[in-house]
Amino acid sequence: MDQNNDYVIEMLHITKEFPGIRANDDITLQLRRGEIHALLGENGAGKSTLMSVLFGLYQPEKGEIRKNGKPVSINSPNDATALGIGMVHQHFKLIEVFTVLDNIILGAEDTKLGFLQKKEARRKVKELSEKYGLAIDMDAKVEDITVGMQQRVEILKMLYRDNEILIFDEPTAVLTPQEIDELMEIMRNLAKEGKSILFISHKLNEIMAVSDRCTVLRKGKYVGTIETAGTNKQELSNMMVGRPVQLEVVKDDAKPGDTVLEVRHYTVPSKLHKKDAVHDVSFDVHSGEILCIAGIDGNGQTELVYGLTGLEKAGGGTLKLCGQDITHAGIRQRGQNMSHIPEDRHKHGLVLDFTLEQNLVLQRYYEPQFESHGFIKQGAVREYADRLIEQYDVRSGQGPVTRARSMSGGNQQKAIVAREVDRDKELLVAVQPTRGLDVGAIEYIHKQLVAERDRGKAVLLISLELDEVMSLSDRILVMYEGEIVGELDPKTTTVQELGLYMAGAKRQQREGESA
Amino acid sequence: MSNKPNSPLLQRDGTRALLASLLSILIGLVTGAIVILIVGMLNPSISLKGAWDGIRLVLFGVFSTGRDAVGALTFGFNPTNLGNMLFRATPLILTGLSVAIAFKTGLFNIGASGQYLAGTCASLFLALSIPSTVVPAWLIWLIAFLGGVLAGALWGAIPGLLKATLNINEVIACIMTNWIAASLVTWLFDISNLKNMVEGTKSGYIYKTTYNGVATAKLGLDKIFPGSQVNGGIVIAVVMAVLVYILLEKTTFGYELKACGANRHAARYAGIRDKRNIVCSMAIAGAMAGAAGALYYLSGNTEFFWSTYQALPSEGFDGIAVALLAVNNPIGVVFTGIFMSLLSIAGLQLTNLTAYNEYITDVIIAVIVYLSAFSLVIKLWISGRKAAGKPPLFARKKPDGAGITPAATEAAAAPAAPEETGKEAQE
Repeated sequence: MDQNNDYVIEMLHITKEFPGIRANDDITLQLRRGEIHALLGENGAGKSTLMSVLFGLYQPEKGEIRKNGKPVSINSPNDATALGIGMVHQHFKLIEVFTVLDNIILGAEDTKLGFLQKKEARRKVKELSEKYGLAIDMDAKVEDITVGMQQRVEILKMLYRDNEILIFDEPTAVLTPQEIDELMEIMRNLAKEGKSILFISHKLNEIMAVSDRCTVLRKGKYVGTIETAGTNKQELSNMMVGRPVQLEVVKDDAKPGDTVLEVRHYTVPSKLHKKDAVHDVSFDVHSGEILCIAGIDGNGQTELVYGLTGLEKAGGGTLKLCGQDITHAGIRQRGQNMSHIPEDRHKHGLVLDFTLEQNLVLQRYYEPQFESHGFIKQGAVREYADRLIEQYDVRSGQGPVTRARSMSGGNQQKAIVAREVDRDKELLVAVQPTRGLDVGAIEYIHKQLVAERDRGKAVLLISLELDEVMSLSDRILVMYEGEIVGELDPKTTTVQELGLYMAGAKRQQREGESA
Repeated sequence: MSNKPNSPLLQRDGTRALLASLLSILIGLVTGAIVILIVGMLNPSISLKGAWDGIRLVLFGVFSTGRDAVGALTFGFNPTNLGNMLFRATPLILTGLSVAIAFKTGLFNIGASGQYLAGTCASLFLALSIPSTVVPAWLIWLIAFLGGVLAGALWGAIPGLLKATLNINEVIACIMTNWIAASLVTWLFDISNLKNMVEGTKSGYIYKTTYNGVATAKLGLDKIFPGSQVNGGIVIAVVMAVLVYILLEKTTFGYELKACGANRHAARYAGIRDKRNIVCSMAIAGAMAGAAGALYYLSGNTEFFWSTYQALPSEGFDGIAVALLAVNNPIGVVFTGIFMSLLSIAGLQLTNLTAYNEYITDVIIAVIVYLSAFSLVIKLWISGRKAAGKPPLFARKKPDGAGITPAATEAAAAPAAPEETGKEAQE
């Protein structure tokens, strides 16, 4: 059989229009049997619309879908399931209080006289998990297992239903570096066993590492499909963004100035266990430098930021910001000299039901510029929002009156960055500022952070992405189990060494920093 | 580049909310008509014509002018009915506001009944105890009204405080404070000397405030609607609604309240004192419900049945329906409050003029409330029909792995960016 004709799913010349907009314009995507095919595009490029068409949620105006060369019509997700198409969503669809096994069989249960028959299911799941190397604990409750294992449960759900075509929608966004490596291995195994995989992503490293071919979309249009082996990250990102993109951060050497933030013997109690989440941490952040706190997720970084910004109460130690003692200060008082790009943009960063302009003034609606005698100056707010939207290129459907909920993730994050950077405070705390964003937006946010540094601001960056840590920071502190275990210079250290510190295998003896 | 919001009328949030509410009302009325028809057919004493009369009264009861010489229903301008409708709407609008403002802050004020009682109690005590021989009646009225508002606010602040400091669910605290209020009010009047012992038939009632010469000013409304109970209270209710609207939409305080309601974490992140705002919101909600009680009994033509310990006043719970139907919009509350009272007037006409009883209108109200709880779904349904070929409802409701929620939402957001570029190109 000619390998080129062995397409398991073909989407040919798909055009899908929404009122006033072509979300997909003549897009062709051909998935070979047993290949890992990446679908690459910026937020809003039309990836999700295309997948919704494949899933029968939208009917295309033009184009045809073929399975094994025969035209099929997919009118609902049930049709898609019947054709063996399964999907792992970015946000898992699991019932937290059910066991892993119950979640896998949910909706496809074997019953006898109305009673569940789990024995056969258990055997099948065990078989599948061994065959594909998907280690799970079938009797654990979903709420008790790691995110990585939850994802394996999602994959097993698809396999249990004998799906042949597996769609992974940005599967790595929620994983740690180790879990990403494991997932890559699982995907390779699946492909080897004859499953066909569609891998939606905008992370170039992962696409280069795991996929055989890659289809690129840009602004609803088909840009091209290329063999991954014959390309490189730069070419892919240029195709995706439509212009040459700087993948490396370009910056001069830091010129650190005065101490802006002074943290001494800082401790934050944990909400989960008796041990401190952050234990006896001391460090300084100077003006004109980007200090990065690296570490594997869950080693106290989140709690440290909560403590610094005042969202949680500290257990001990002192904080000094711009010479003032802020150990016991309220959030707003700290905000006089500190801006904060929060880790979770939906929980802390935005009020999703507010409009974009209301969100843009979330930190300063009470300033005289926007308030007089208790009333909000709507005109001033609109003017300010228009300026930020234009200056920071925040895109949305209806401009300042767009509901934040309806904006794409990248633009939501841009709005937060715009709001926090524009507050122009001495210290900028940025927690995973580029999580889940595409290269164009990442490039942009990195430039903003470097620009802030060059303007003499102090930047405290908390990141899980090793690439980001290495390329952006001027100084690296590694956190492990709530303590700072090492201070590294990105110019002299290697990713491997950093990894050893992050995993707790290496440790420096640090003195408390002198002021 | 200007960024003017120029979305078509039909795609605005407000329009959709309005359509959804109107649809709920329509379905409720149709259901009511069907119920009347069925009851009529089951009851041998009601003819088909009688059933038809019933349906007409439910729909146009407020314009009913009785029956003519041959026994046919007559309709026309009925100032008494309209005036009574506005009078009964007054407490409903205010309790509706009470529930709506709490909702906007993310709280469910099911305690409007208790706050209403607190307001009633304080108002009546003040209005009947301050000697009108010493203090001018208008001043007594003002003191009594403000006292009622304040009592309601304090009563509402209790669940607010419990929520803010001890994180006790406000629904539970509200239910408890409702019954505490009911018993407390009964006891306070029981030991008072305000019980109407003069008119023997009214032993369960408190004196009308007119016994002390205190009554809400009519503001000329009695000239427009002769023979009705209407008074200046309705004007106060409408003014309150406008004030609440301004508070929520135009002030920084309202911005904070709404931020706390929509996302308490983000509000905290922005340095907003969420606990203080929860207490404030519940106090304002209580003040509204207190005002409802005060205005209803300060009218001078209503008598308070003081043994409330067995049954809570229904105005508090009706306020939930009023707020739901108005999608928590303070201005909308004015209209839904009037609509609810219109239905109760229709119910009275039904009792007076046909063999039906007024409880039919309760069925209608129940259906409408039920549907208005679905108004969000109806709203989505309306927008879904407009956005794409297929309603996205389906995708959102899919419980299993086959659902595509993030994809669907992102797809909805996806057209946004190119649209923006299109606009730029035009300009």
